[in-house]
Amino acid sequence: MSQTSTSTVTRAEHKVPLMRIARRNTMPHLQAWLIRGGGLLCALLMGALLIASLGHNPIAVYADMINSAFGGRIGFNETVRIAVPLLGAALAVGLAFKMKFWNIGAEGQILVGAIAATYFALFQFDNLPRPVLLITMGLAAAVAGGIWGLIPAFFRAKWGTNETLFTLMLNYVAFGIILYLQSDPWRRPGTDFPIIDMFDLSARLPRLFGIHIGWVLVLVLTVLVHLYLARSKQGFQLSVVGQSENTARYAGMNVGRVIMRTMLLSGAIAGFVGFMQVSGADFTLNETTAGGVGFTAITVAWLSHLNPVIMILVAFFIAILERGSIRIQTTFMIPATIATVLIGIILFFMLACEFFINYRLIFRGKKGAES
Amino acid sequence: MDIFINFFNAAVLAGTPLLFGTLGEILTEKSGNLNLGVEGMMFMGAVSGLAAVFLLEVGLGIEIAGALAVLIAIAGAFIAGALGAFIYSVLVVSLRTQQNVTGLALTIFGIGFGNFFGEYFGRTSPIGFMTVSLSARQGFSNLSIPVLSDIPILGPLLFSYNILVYLAVVIAVAMAFFLSRTRWGLNLRAVGENPATADAASINVTRYKYLATCIGGGICGIGGMYISMVTTSGVWVHNSVQGFGWIAVALVIFATWSPKRALVGSLVFGGLTVMRFYVPLGIPMQIYDTFPFLATILVLIVTSIRQIKEHSPPAQLGINYFREER
Amino acid sequence: MQPAIQTHNLTKTFDQVVANDRVSFDVRRGEILALLGENGSGKTTLMNMLFGIYFPDSGEIEVGGKEVSILSPKDAYDLGIGMVHQHFKLVDILTAADNIVLGLDTGALLNRKAYTQEIREISERYGFGLDPEKKIYNMSVSEKQTVEIVKVLYRGAEILILDEPTAVLTPQETERLFVTLRNMREDGKAIVIITHKLHEVLAVSDRVHILRKGKSIATVNTAETNQQELTEMMVGRSISLKIDRPVCEKCCDKLDIKGLNCLTPDGVKALQNVSFTLKAGEILGVAGIAGSGQKELCEALAGLYPVASGSVMFCDEDEGKIELAGKTPKEIARLGVSMAFVPEDRLGMGLVANMDMTDNVMLRYYDKGKGPFVDRKSSRTLAESLIEQLAIVTPGVSKPVRRMSGGNVQKVLLGREIASAPEVLIVAYPVRGLDINSSYTIYDLLNQQKQKGVAVLFIGEDLDVLLELADRILVLCGGQISGIVDAAATTKEEVGLLMTHVPGSDTDKPVEEVSSS
Repeated sequence: MSQTSTSTVTRAEHKVPLMRIARRNTMPHLQAWLIRGGGLLCALLMGALLIASLGHNPIAVYADMINSAFGGRIGFNETVRIAVPLLGAALAVGLAFKMKFWNIGAEGQILVGAIAATYFALFQFDNLPRPVLLITMGLAAAVAGGIWGLIPAFFRAKWGTNETLFTLMLNYVAFGIILYLQSDPWRRPGTDFPIIDMFDLSARLPRLFGIHIGWVLVLVLTVLVHLYLARSKQGFQLSVVGQSENTARYAGMNVGRVIMRTMLLSGAIAGFVGFMQVSGADFTLNETTAGGVGFTAITVAWLSHLNPVIMILVAFFIAILERGSIRIQTTFMIPATIATVLIGIILFFMLACEFFINYRLIFRGKKGAES
Repeated sequence: MDIFINFFNAAVLAGTPLLFGTLGEILTEKSGNLNLGVEGMMFMGAVSGLAAVFLLEVGLGIEIAGALAVLIAIAGAFIAGALGAFIYSVLVVSLRTQQNVTGLALTIFGIGFGNFFGEYFGRTSPIGFMTVSLSARQGFSNLSIPVLSDIPILGPLLFSYNILVYLAVVIAVAMAFFLSRTRWGLNLRAVGENPATADAASINVTRYKYLATCIGGGICGIGGMYISMVTTSGVWVHNSVQGFGWIAVALVIFATWSPKRALVGSLVFGGLTVMRFYVPLGIPMQIYDTFPFLATILVLIVTSIRQIKEHSPPAQLGINYFREER
Repeated sequence: MQPAIQTHNLTKTFDQVVANDRVSFDVRRGEILALLGENGSGKTTLMNMLFGIYFPDSGEIEVGGKEVSILSPKDAYDLGIGMVHQHFKLVDILTAADNIVLGLDTGALLNRKAYTQEIREISERYGFGLDPEKKIYNMSVSEKQTVEIVKVLYRGAEILILDEPTAVLTPQETERLFVTLRNMREDGKAIVIITHKLHEVLAVSDRVHILRKGKSIATVNTAETNQQELTEMMVGRSISLKIDRPVCEKCCDKLDIKGLNCLTPDGVKALQNVSFTLKAGEILGVAGIAGSGQKELCEALAGLYPVASGSVMFCDEDEGKIELAGKTPKEIARLGVSMAFVPEDRLGMGLVANMDMTDNVMLRYYDKGKGPFVDRKSSRTLAESLIEQLAIVTPGVSKPVRRMSGGNVQKVLLGREIASAPEVLIVAYPVRGLDINSSYTIYDLLNQQKQKGVAVLFIGEDLDVLLELADRILVLCGGQISGIVDAAATTKEEVGLLMTHVPGSDTDKPVEEVSSS
């Protein structure tokens, strides 16, 4: 047993902790966004360091990235084309995240949506007039994605099954299904390669200003999701469930039903994104149809603080990054996967920012000097 | 019998990266940190372990002997995994960020890190991809232990693996002992169960969280290196880790936070990933390949339905601790 | 004689709130000092500074005459200071012994056999009757407290700080605790007991130090003071401690509960054959040691806890009896029964901490209007009128409620529930953590409801309050009703006994074992 010993800490060592942390009351919005801007700058600086360490001029590389994203009509269109599914998927995961339901399965929900849409594109294109076919494809995709999202939601609602891993595992299952469809049942006739045929013209989304009209659809979707979250009873319910399931139950909400309904919606939106991808961008289905969009969308949703309107900006920003890194792969021979590294770094810095917005640091000496 | 032995061997070999990942995550979660970045840390370890040997060989223009290559790869992978975990710890423990999102960010970063450097170093190599010498690779080949390996049945069943397999088993046993019998293990469990109590008992919560998370991350990194060195035989393959890290996170639940049960879990899941070569069921191979993921889902559902008090996760898992929060 | 601990002008600020403002006090060896103050007067902050959990902004602490700097609980233990927290600092899945040695520097390997034996010896010396190998989650509240005290003693503490140690104990357990405290005093230990219960101060302490709004008010010898004087010093003015009990006027039956049984998710009986009537225009108090089924009773009545069997009849003047058992809150509301429930966990169940006051008010009304959209405007109006009626202090209706003080949070919650014009009002621990003024506001509000003819079920923990405020007291013990007594005619001791015994049960031994001796 330890003996009482006053000698261990005596006056000579009298000291104040070097630094203490205290919660801030509130920070003005402007200041908060300035800090976030600073964080973004730091992240880009880190990226610049990485680029410089590879022996390239970071300014030239960044300039080339921006240039390729805005330079000319094609560059800009390409950037928008990348932003459309990102924004759509971000809306999908944003709904779930608002409910604190960690849906990291948007990737899989996009894929099954794409599968459902592709089914109609491949096998029903000559039976239906174009508008009907497209609407059918979109609906089928939404339903398929919704069901894919509903499965983990059901188990979470019923038994509290961990949805993070569940939704993620379903990605790999969807992926496997596509590989299988490619390899045999839906393989292009007369070839040994596992590829699926290109869609008939009538199964392709029309264009508006040179880009498939997915960009209009996704903007409409953004407004709808915004209204749903901010104004609707269901939106209020899912916010309350996200904050405290206990309170939701107390307020007479059927928590399980809210979870399942929200995930049905979230999955449906992701599934619809899958439809836009196959019908608007790729005109076929393959294993890269989702291409990591479901994951990057998590970044978009989180960086936007789950605000659908801000998601438009963030999705566009990330699209610039992705578009730019494809370009620098050819101009600077820097692998395009650098986009993922940069996104990761940006995320780290943006997460760190929130600390400085919510807390303040008190250093030794500051107070002492006053007294 | 031979088929069974072969199947068993393949299961062990396929299950070992999962075992590393699971053990690393168990240690991490015991400190109360739910680090979903296992996949990312395994990617970081995979590329760094391989690159460490690759760069030394290219830089010095030599072929590194097997045993040394193993040590270098372990060191490189451990440091990289621990680095990823360190970033996570700074964010979660010191800057109090949300654990799920931070883990996902680490996953995104780690996947990018792995694929980017894997590809980048590959481009610097004269043959166009990143690989190590035959002599270095031999360090990761299956051992032939005198006497033991020659025992019928038991020899091939237990004593015919590469050195990393035994390392993983040793880590599992050591971790079980550490958690139940040592003072630090007791302290660590207290930190994950109830940090306020640990703090009041003058345990340095922050230090335990950092150390457990970083060491855990390092162990995950070794698991990634196993994939790049053993599974793909010392060649960088784009996206090679894909999915293993996530299954490892799920296996922690399957193992109910026990290193010993992690041995069983990783063997079962290793078996599932190679089953199609040994147990023909007449199912398309692409569907067969989804079995580990479907099985994971099954595990998640079953464990959530029957919850047992003694087998619960650390009570404060996923929740950050602030001493002065009021 | 030199004081064991002496503080000089300790000051600690959180945000803009000064929790401790130049606090100076001392405690000597071989004495019990009571630190008296209302909730929010800064007692716990002060003790946390002594124990190294907070670091003071300014001021000094002397231990044994030497100025010290306590940066962590470890420093505190090294100085011989031990603390028994109000909320026990125990790890549920570990044994008592493992909890006791937790954090001690005893070599790399755990020598379970040796320290278990040592702990057994300490336990026997002081007569605690503690089983060192029992896991915490199998223990009763008072057993857990024993573990805490043994932990502090095992670490050789000479100065013991006990934060609200009696809050969770029955009167009998409290008496037993006081005996041990006196033993330790005879042993030469310095003991500080933090409390806001005056009669306990008078019963056990040698001296009293009074804190008010973070400031030291006075130190007095217990023998030379009385309840009235202490109250005045504690509250700052002379107030009547009497709680009104208006007479029941229209006392017709409102809720008729018969043979109610509830099971926990593990299949253990949480409520067993509970039968009683709740009358309109009365306050029915519910007493019992923590975890005796209070929570389950409230939630079962409110439709939030599954009912295994039994009936809950609502007696409507026009429509006769309506069965409520097994209905959800929504179904109950649809039947036209207006029931309001103020749960124990205000920010975790009654309100959403991160939402603003408007949305929190809307929580109860969001589903009322037609159409898919919510009507925020009327909730905002109601929120604003609540602020005015109940004098709620808040930075605004659009600021998160977690920023409000405990008393104001409770006013928002109770105000919202009362605004729904309930016929049955269930309140669980409504004054927990509130200062005296807020508490009396709450009592007044409840009495107003009672006079309006509302049937009030009041779950309480402070027996003195229950005895004064309630008309009848229902005592729960291990999920059963051990008695329903007339509050005006009963005594604290009688209620205390009922809290641990169900009369007529097989052996008449305590239902929850207090010690394993």
